[in-house]
Parts: sequence; C-alpha cells; structure tokens
Amino acid sequence: MTTMDVPAQTTSQATDTQRMPVISVRNLVKHFPVRSRGVLRRQVGVVHAVCDISLDLFPNETLGLVGESGCGKTTTGRLMLNLVSATAGEVRYSGKDLTKLGHSQMRPLRRQLQIVFQDPFASLDPRMTVNEIVAEPLRIHGLYGQAREGRNKVRELLRTVGLNPEHGNRYAHEFSGGQRQRIGVARALALRPKVLILDEPVSALDVSIQAGVINLLEELQEELGLSYLFISHDLSVVRHIADRVAVMYLGRIVETAPVEELFLKAAHPYTQALISAIPLPDPRKERTRKRVLLVGDVPSPVNPPSGCRFRTRCPKFANELTEGERRTCVEQIPALIDRGVGHQTACHYAEAVKLI
Amino acid sequence: MSERTVTPPAPPPRPPGPGQRVEREFTIKERSQARLVVTRFLRHRLAVASLLGLILIALTSFVGIRFAHSYLLTDQPGSIKPRLSNPFGTDDIGRDYFARVLRGAQQSIKVALIVALLATGIGAPYGAISGFLGGRVDAIMMRICDVLLTLPLLVVAGALAGGSRGTILTVALILGLLGWVVNARLVRGVVLSLREQEFIEAARALGGGTLRIVFRHLLPNAAGAIIVQATLDIATAILAEAALSFLGLGVQSPDTSLGLLVNEARPAVETRPWLFYFPGLMIIAIALCVNFVGDGLRDALDPRQTRQRQ
Amino acid sequence: MFAYTIRRLLTSIPILAVASFIVFWLVSISADPVQEKYGARNPPVPKAVFDTEYRRLGLKDGFFEQYWNWLKGLVVHGDFGPSINQTTHINAEISGRLGTTLRLIFIAMLVALILAVATGVFSAIRQYSKMDYTLTFVGFLFLSMPTFWIAVLLKDAAVRYNEATGTTTFFTLGEKTPGVELHGWALVTDIAGHMALPTASLALITYAAWSRFQRASMLEVLNSDYIRLARAKGLPWRKVLVKHALRTALIPMVTVSALTIAALIGGAVITETVYQWNGMGKFLINSIVIRDRNAILAWLMLAGFFVVVGNLVADLLYAVLDPRIRYE
Repeated sequence: MTTMDVPAQTTSQATDTQRMPVISVRNLVKHFPVRSRGVLRRQVGVVHAVCDISLDLFPNETLGLVGESGCGKTTTGRLMLNLVSATAGEVRYSGKDLTKLGHSQMRPLRRQLQIVFQDPFASLDPRMTVNEIVAEPLRIHGLYGQAREGRNKVRELLRTVGLNPEHGNRYAHEFSGGQRQRIGVARALALRPKVLILDEPVSALDVSIQAGVINLLEELQEELGLSYLFISHDLSVVRHIADRVAVMYLGRIVETAPVEELFLKAAHPYTQALISAIPLPDPRKERTRKRVLLVGDVPSPVNPPSGCRFRTRCPKFANELTEGERRTCVEQIPALIDRGVGHQTACHYAEAVKLI
Repeated sequence: MSERTVTPPAPPPRPPGPGQRVEREFTIKERSQARLVVTRFLRHRLAVASLLGLILIALTSFVGIRFAHSYLLTDQPGSIKPRLSNPFGTDDIGRDYFARVLRGAQQSIKVALIVALLATGIGAPYGAISGFLGGRVDAIMMRICDVLLTLPLLVVAGALAGGSRGTILTVALILGLLGWVVNARLVRGVVLSLREQEFIEAARALGGGTLRIVFRHLLPNAAGAIIVQATLDIATAILAEAALSFLGLGVQSPDTSLGLLVNEARPAVETRPWLFYFPGLMIIAIALCVNFVGDGLRDALDPRQTRQRQ
Repeated sequence: MFAYTIRRLLTSIPILAVASFIVFWLVSISADPVQEKYGARNPPVPKAVFDTEYRRLGLKDGFFEQYWNWLKGLVVHGDFGPSINQTTHINAEISGRLGTTLRLIFIAMLVALILAVATGVFSAIRQYSKMDYTLTFVGFLFLSMPTFWIAVLLKDAAVRYNEATGTTTFFTLGEKTPGVELHGWALVTDIAGHMALPTASLALITYAAWSRFQRASMLEVLNSDYIRLARAKGLPWRKVLVKHALRTALIPMVTVSALTIAALIGGAVITETVYQWNGMGKFLINSIVIRDRNAILAWLMLAGFFVVVGNLVADLLYAVLDPRIRYE
C-alpha cells in the first residue's frame, strides 16, 4: 500500500515558498495486543488501532483530525508524542525520529511537544493546587528558578489563559470544567512548546463554554506561533478552528483537505456522511438537505475488513456500485491520493458532493 | 393591555484576550478536603473516644510516669495486691507495678510506632513502584512479596529475634523489615487503578520520570489507604510484639515491654493474677483503641457507605 | 483446570526454594549454635568436642556448600539434616508432632469459619441493629486481644471451675492424658476433650478478623441489584439469602482464609505453648532457643508448604464457586 506525502497547501492559504512541516508522521502503525483471560494470557489477537497513517503539521497551522470514537485519532495523538510506543513507522521532529527515542532522549523534546487532554476532571492531579500543577513542567525541566521567579512565571501563565492568579492556591476540583481546561492549557504552555496536540479539548465542556476556550486557543496560536493538532469528533468546531482537516476511519486516513474545501467538496462517502449529519442553523436548509446515511455496524478493529475498510457501511458500495467495482473495493486498499477532486481522498470511486 | 418594554438581553461579554481577567464562570470555594475528612471522622463517636483514650494512655505512659513511683526502686518485699498507693500492686521484688506497666506500655508503643513506620516506609513506595511499572518488574517484585508471605511472620520473626539481643530496636527492626508486604500489596492495588487516570499520563507527557510520578502523584493520592493501613499496622505490631515476648523470643531483660511483663507473670497467673492481667489489659486497651481509630479513619477517608435499603 | 493446578504448583516451588534460602541465610548469621551450647560451660569444654560438633553439623563448610547439601538432603532423601541435639532426629520429631498440630489448626479453622460466617451474615442482615453493634464490638475486642490472652483466660477459667466443682470437666494440659494407652472410642473422646479449650482459643481469635470481611462482603451482595430482583420476584427471603446471597458472599471468604493460614500457624504455636501440648509449637520454640538451624528450617519449610497448598486449594475453590472465573 502506498501513501504519498501530504502536499503543501493548494488553497489560498498556501505561501509562496514551500514550507517545511514542523512535525511529520510517516506510515505510523500501532497494534494493541489482545490477551486471553486466565493465567498465561497468551496473545490471541491484535487491535489495529492505527494503520499506516501519514500526515504533516506545518508551522502556525491547525490540522484537524476528525473521526468517530474508536477510529484511532486519540492514539495517533499519543503516538506523535511518544506516549505510546509505535509498532512501526516514524514520527519526524527536528530531524529525529521520535519513535526510536528512549525516555531520557525524549525529555528535552517534550518541552516543545505538548498535549491538552480531553477530560478536564481527570487530567489534573486532585491533590495539587493549581499553582503546583502549572509549575510542575517548569520544575521537571529545571526552569522554575528562584521562588519569586517561578511564582511569577506561574502567575503569568494563569493570566495568559484568562484565569485570576489569585486563585492559584485553590485545588483543581474547586474550578469549573472550562476553567480546568484553561489550567490544562496553561500547564501545556509552560514550556513554550512549538506543537500542541489538543485531544478533544472542548468535548467535555458545555457548548457555551466551548466558545470561550476555542477563542482562547486561537488567540494563543496567533500570539505564540503554535501549531495545533486538533483532534475532535465535532465537525462544527473543527470547521471553525482548523486550517486543514484529515478524516480518519478505523485507523486509516480517508480524506484530507483544506477546511473549507473539505466541507464544500467532500469526496469520500464517509466524510460526506459526517458532513451531512452536521445540524444546520437554518431550519429550511436543514429540512431540505441531502442526507448520506450509513448502514450496518462498525466493524471490529480486531478484524478490520479487507480492502477498503469503509465498504461494510458505505452507501455507495451498497447502492451504487456494480459487481466489478465492488470487487475492487474488497480487494484493493484505496490509496490516499488526489483523484481529480483537488485534494487527497482514499476511495476508488470518489466523487465530490456539495452537502452544505 | 399594558405596554411592556422588552429589554434586549445584554450583549455577551467580549471574549477575554490573553491578559484579561475572566470572571464569567463561577468558582466554588469548597471546604478543604482535610476539613471534610476531620468532620466525617468526628461523627464516629467510638473512634473519637478511642482517639482520646489513646492520647490518655500515651500521656500517662510517657509523661505521667514521672509522677508515679519509680519502676526500678524496690519498695516492698515481695508482691502485694493492688491498693491505693500501688494501684496495680507490686511485682515479685516489690517494685510498683503501675509504674512497671506504664514503662512497658512506653516500650511497646515505641516498638509499634517504629514497626508501622518501617512497614509503611518500605511497603508503600515498593507497592507503588511495582504497580506503576507493571509488566515483568511488577511480576518479579510481587514474587518477592509472595516469598515473604509464605512464611508465618511470627515464626520467622521469632526465629530471628530469638537469636538476637532482644532490645526494643532489634525486635522493632525485625518485625518491620518482615511485615511490610501487606502495605505493599495494598498500595499496589490502589496504584493499579490510579495509573490509568489522565493526570498520570499528563505527568509523563510533561517529561516526568517514574520516581517523580510515584512520589509526587501516586503516593499522595493513595494517602488515605496508606494512613489507614499504617494505623492498623500499629495494632498488629503491638500484638505481634506481645506474642513474641510471650514466647520468650521478643524483648528480653533488661529491657521491658508489656508482652515481657505478661510472660514473666505467666507462672503466677493463679496466685498473683494482677501481675498477669494488668499488662494484658493494657495491651488490649491500646490495640482496641488503635483498631477503632483505624476503622474510623477508613470510614472518614472513603465515605462510600453500604447501607441496606429496607 | 488440571493444567492450571500443575502450573501453580510448579511456580510455588521456586518460591519455596527462595524462601528457604533466605531463611537459611538469616538463621545462619544470627547465631552460632555450637557456641551457644558449649561456649558458656564451666569447666570449659575441650576444643575437640567443638571440632566434632562442627564437623557433624557441617558448619565449617562454605555457606553455599552448606545450603546445597541441605537442599540435596531434603529433596533427594527427604532428610532434614542433623539436629544440634545428638539425640534428636528431626524427621522423627516432626512426624510425631505434625498430626497433633494439624488437627488443632484444621478444626480451629473450621470452627472459626462457621462462627465468622454466622456472625457476619447475621450482622449484615440486621445492619445497625443492637445485635449488629454488639457483634461488631465483640469482634473488635477479639481482634485486639493477643492470642495468648484468650488461651490463658480460658485455661485459667477452666482450672478455677475444675477446682470449684472438684471435677476434671475441662482438660487444660497436654493433648492427651499421659501415661495411659487408650484405643478406639476412648482415645477419640480423650483427644477431643483435650482439644476443646485450645481449639476454642484459636478459633475465637481467628473468627474476629474473618467476620468483619464476611459482614462487608454480605452487605455488598445484599445491596446488589440481582438480590433486589430476587426479592421483587417474590422469592421467600430465607431462600434468597441462602441460595443466592450467601454463595456469592462466601467467595471472598475463601481468599481471606487462605491468606491467614500463615497467621493461624503462628497462633497455633502460641496456643500449644499455653496448653503445654507436645506438638510442633514446642518443637519450634526449643529449636529456636538452642539455635538448631536445621530444625528451624524444617519447621519453616513445612509451614511454607502448607501455606502454598492452602492458597492453591483456595484458588481452586474460588474457581469452583465463582463461575466467572475460568482458567485455561
């Protein structure tokens, strides 16, 4: 199976010079072993969490990574930071392959690659005060300095994310969800990273609070020159914040495009289904829109379908293709290439459709 | 129909830029966790009473003893029954038994505290590291625990202490160095569930190493279980020391302890029962109070009540 | 299941081996037994005696050589090695006494189990009642008593009773009446009579710890949804209790009792000492006092063996009782 590198921008956001990605993922694979119950616990199977993913993240851009639960997007984020060891493939950053680095070699790089977690309630140590939580990365890397210096740094970080530094002595559970997420962002920013993986940072928050956090993230990106990998299952949010989007399904990337192009000219049936499910604010448009419905159950990641993994739920496969075409879907894995639509898509019979 | 002016809703406040304060969401000021625990503990009357009892015993043994008769001076010839000036009677060579028992209590308490400290100090980090690292390291570390668990603590401790000088410190060291396994097992169990939580992963993402995560994140979050176990260790230690000394394998003269006093009084249990019963009752009193306090602490730190709904 | 048992037995062997090594080392460095025996004598014992003793006991060999010899002797010949006392034969001592102690431990365990289950279940059913509080308090009381305390108390009370009534209703010394050769039923009643008090002592101490577990486990089961459903279905309460709740609640008891076998062994030693039985307890204490390393080792190996067997039995019982556990 071949994948080509995700190319430089093709839309108006492209710059004149060819930009170098700040972090590059090539042919990343992650298999989780499934062990039998009982004493010996032999390995009886494998969960194909991430299968041959390649993507690039460019400086100062937001790459959205979307997909349903269990598609492997969270694992991909973890793999990129070497929090989970990869089964195969490489993650190139700063001239090094992160997957091959040991703990002590990763440590200095961790200053530049950080992550904000999904759950604002579980990602902060309940026994630490906010000051301690935000100070921890500084302490780990010896950046805390003298007491006054360190305290000021922490205060500054809290202010940056819009929190009152006077509240620093409180414990995490005394804050609301949105504030806790801001604390998580402050902690991630403490080391002045270049790349920030945002693992569903607003999924656990009330919709009204989400906006505040998203806006904060956008401002920070502008001010500090960060690159974001924004993992989410919520397409509306991704549409707002991302510059480019990659869509994942069952461990593979099925489509990737600049954001507006993806939403207006989605070519892969899965993307089309996702987009057609986004609620529209205009009730008339909502009622008359075209819906792409998926059939069947999600296949198990332990035993993914051959060829195109989406074929078991693909409406195109079920309704529109001939016998011969179907055989192609069953036998050949579709490569992620540009099939004349203007962006890359992994479907043998890709066809751009305007759904919203 | 009166005209009603509809006030348009206030425009949403400008989203805060970096450097501006946010006061839109509320912050709950809760009572600190420690205060909640204390409140819950105070609700257990038995536990509170036991705590007071313990304090009383400790005060008497360590401070009040100065006001009793000396436990070394021979006052009377031979042992006599309890009376006003000798509330516990006197022992075989006429020393005031109340003072002797208090002195014994002092020593037994010291042993128990040292044992609990050792057991917790060794067991808790051991269990936390084992549970956190998992895999083969965990398996090996737990095998070592299995080895120690296979042998009855009392017997091994007896075998070792019986060959030693029988001071407070030796007995305490032996008991502590053999008895940490229960603590380790317990903490490992807690850590196994803790380590899946996101804040542990967050610490790793920040670059934290194993030791930092164990000592800064895992152990503090397991503090409840650790404290309860340490308290129960104190009770176990008191009883273990008493048992060892009773067999003649624990503390030996010239040192004293409650168990030793009981052992010395064993042949006289029918003729001079006060020599046997008073130290024994003291052992029971201390162990009982510690057990109740430990139980109260356990309830206070983990308030899940199993209440049968009728 | 069979394969699992074999596998468990096999993993237990290295554990026992390592345990034996550790004890061997610790006991060896703790004292020199020949010195203990002959060192302080007056007039002083000639050096020749020391030498013979050292050679007989193999104490002048290298440490690992000593261990290897001992291990070989045990595994190949079933021989625990020479004792400090020239007249004592360790194997004979053990085989003579093992039965006595085992029956004490076994019966005490049974009694403790029954008591613990009964009080635990009762406490759980009538949670927060006066009976519950009383039972819990009594349990705590027994939990806080040193083993010897109850033993001595019972013995003392029995002696006073005997004196007061002028009879020998209670046997307080020894495991059987000395000097008399009894057979058949008379032997059984004699042994049983002598076992009554020691077993009661040991059982009372052990039951306290177990009954708290049983209560907690029973409470958890009684609060579970499937019990509530059974009652809602209209099944008689007693039936629900015995057939459904009890069976589930007993499962953790199995593990707990297996874990406390080691403690029971220690308790048995103390009980035997108080009642002056001629069992394994006396043998152990003596061996410790004279620093008879081989005897101590023999004792500990046996104890360890029984603990391992007990754990294995518990695991198998666990698998039988709980159909959710299935071993491959």
